[in-house]
Amino acid sequence: MAIEILMPALSPTMEEGTLAKWLVKEGDTVSSGDILAEIETDKATMEFEAVDEGVIGKILIAAGTEGVKVNTAIAVLLEDGEDASAAVAAAPVEAASPAAAKAPAEAKAPVSTSVPQSPDWAEGTKMKQMTVREALREAMSEEMRRDETVYMMGEEVGEYQGAYKISQGMLDEFGPKRVVDTPITEHGFAGIAVGSAMAGLRPIVEFMTFNFAMQAVDHIINSAAKTLYMSGGQMGAPMVFRGPNGAAARVGAQHSQDYAAWYMQIPGLKVVMPYSAADAKGLMKTAIRDNNPVIFLENEIMYGKTFDVPDVEDFTIPFGKAKIEREGSDVTIVTFGIGMTYALAAADKLAEDGISAEVINLRSIRPMDTETILASVRKTNRCVTVEEGWPQGSVGGYISSVIMQEAFDYLDAPVIVCTGKDVPMPYAANLEKHALLTADEVVDACKKVTYR
Amino acid sequence: MSAKKADAKPNVSAEELMGHYREMLLIRRFEEKAGQLYGMGLIGGFCHLYIGQEAVVVGLEAAAEEGDKRVTSYRDHGHMLACGMDPKGVMAELTGRTGGYSKGKGGSMHMFSKEKHFYGGHGIVAAQVPLGAGLAFADKYLGNGRVTFAYFGDGAANQGQVYETYNMAELWDLPVVFVIENNQYAMGMSVKRSTKSPSLWERGAAYGIPGEEVDGMDVLAVKEAGERAVAHCRAGKGPYILEVKTYRYRGHSMSDPAKYRTREEVQKMKDERDPIEQIRDMLLTGKHATEDDLKAIDKEIKAIVNESAEFSKTSPEPDLSELWTDIYADQ
Repeated sequence: MAIEILMPALSPTMEEGTLAKWLVKEGDTVSSGDILAEIETDKATMEFEAVDEGVIGKILIAAGTEGVKVNTAIAVLLEDGEDASAAVAAAPVEAASPAAAKAPAEAKAPVSTSVPQSPDWAEGTKMKQMTVREALREAMSEEMRRDETVYMMGEEVGEYQGAYKISQGMLDEFGPKRVVDTPITEHGFAGIAVGSAMAGLRPIVEFMTFNFAMQAVDHIINSAAKTLYMSGGQMGAPMVFRGPNGAAARVGAQHSQDYAAWYMQIPGLKVVMPYSAADAKGLMKTAIRDNNPVIFLENEIMYGKTFDVPDVEDFTIPFGKAKIEREGSDVTIVTFGIGMTYALAAADKLAEDGISAEVINLRSIRPMDTETILASVRKTNRCVTVEEGWPQGSVGGYISSVIMQEAFDYLDAPVIVCTGKDVPMPYAANLEKHALLTADEVVDACKKVTYR
Repeated sequence: MSAKKADAKPNVSAEELMGHYREMLLIRRFEEKAGQLYGMGLIGGFCHLYIGQEAVVVGLEAAAEEGDKRVTSYRDHGHMLACGMDPKGVMAELTGRTGGYSKGKGGSMHMFSKEKHFYGGHGIVAAQVPLGAGLAFADKYLGNGRVTFAYFGDGAANQGQVYETYNMAELWDLPVVFVIENNQYAMGMSVKRSTKSPSLWERGAAYGIPGEEVDGMDVLAVKEAGERAVAHCRAGKGPYILEVKTYRYRGHSMSDPAKYRTREEVQKMKDERDPIEQIRDMLLTGKHATEDDLKAIDKEIKAIVNESAEFSKTSPEPDLSELWTDIYADQ
């Protein structure tokens, strides 16, 4: 019985990859452990080994093919005594990937929702397409070219080319003095980075994930955030702490926490969370130039997503400026980072039901552009906040209190704070899905505040 | 004993001895005054006095060059005076006044001076160790030939981040002298009760860092070891560890009942090992100074300390608007 060799999932978030190279050809005999192919994921180029032994009967996906979905049959392996006809018989059916979401049906929107001109660039600006990953890399590289005191430090940022490929190629360009591989020692290297910032350098500290920054949180808060104040303004820590934050996919409770609300609480820190590649690029350049410690919260799931980015010389986005991503009149949805994906999906669904939602992408959580939120709430009279973090002490809870104090008389309904569920992240696929937000929950909340 | 020490160090000039005497005495009298002001309610919070440990910072500062950096824990008054910070600014910070080094916003444990390359004053035990290595990281990056002194106590020596730092400091050849001020008590926990390691400096061997134990009550021995350490760092050979055996006469902080050691133990140390008395004996025995010369210095120091105390009482409290400044750069 011929065996289908399927496109493997090689990382927690991989949904598709490039079949970079075949290392076997049809007719080759392989045994278990032989390298069959090189597969490029969004994180790295990986070797793919044979599990079973047999003869390569047919190669179904040619080398160089991009966007091959996980679980697609890429080759057929013949067992002892089978001939090539068995390979033909084995139909190269594209297996459905459990991770691939089905595209939502396009429906005619009965209400108009308009996408306003971005406040970040002039109308008619030439744009280029890039992923969030590329945008982060481009921003850091541009700033490192501009300023010799900027350097990067973290686990696997150099020779490994970045655990998530954010720093890919940067070691080659900037050398080991400025792209510093550290041992696995977050507490120690965060402290060293803060010390170096106090002495005039501008470090970019990459945490492989912000979950690991818990080991370093004393230096982030006590050493970096408070020094300027404690020294009466004499010295501080101009630096960036960055890395993926929040849930990725199926990595369990210890690797899935959203820290936005934690860091948001600390005077002396600035906290930003980009959604798009343009956000990522513009905010990262601003973060590196900022003379304060900046917490830059990325998201693994967003790294591979592609967006338009202005193709201009020196693109920055100021901190403390929210962006209205969609204009609407019935309800204000305030969110940030990956929360935007739920908010935009919900706004689409709401439009089908005749509800016009305004979507605000905060981008900068501290300082927070409460003026833009309040102005929108004064227009729509209703507000729903969206984040993946936990409910108690959430970013939305703070926004809700600000709205209550500053725009109470404008509210026609209580603010609803949509968050991740109040549980450690479970591993099981179905449980994880329920622990996170869904666009439907955002839709329900919006309907509730609009009494629909 | 001190006379013997004088014999053993024939190459030290009278001027140098007088300088050490003067600097150690300034720290002692300053700290005594701080203790007094604390008792009067003029200094609040925690106040950790350096009395007994003066030879450590004075000896090491004598081995430092202009531009070298230093960072330490919350027991930091001595370090600041030794590196040339103004006693008035230090005392006014203790009283929380606008004339203090941090405009009254830092307090005893959190003071800094960019001008004197003093990077704090840190209240979290051992946090200053990676910070100090970070200062050295910057110096190496900038190639400016500077060395950093990262001071910490025997208590901090049991924190994990010290060893994370040792590992990277040696890996990257950072020019940092790790100075373990072993005053034998981490608050009330004696070294004997906190570790079975026979010595603290030898722990560096696990990371390839050389070091040595130094008599911290002998300012000349401290200086000599400091010079060896600094030469090692400045030659690009990486970090060096000095475990300086010292002793604090006062409690951990002002509110320490000191039940963990006997009065006799403290008194014996004062009588037999006092760093200031040792130098004083040396000066007199070697006929480098007369009693009158030393009295003149005492008088001068007393005037400086009284002036700092006066300043710390008359300098105004910070304006309430200061509550909201220095939270962010460029705010």
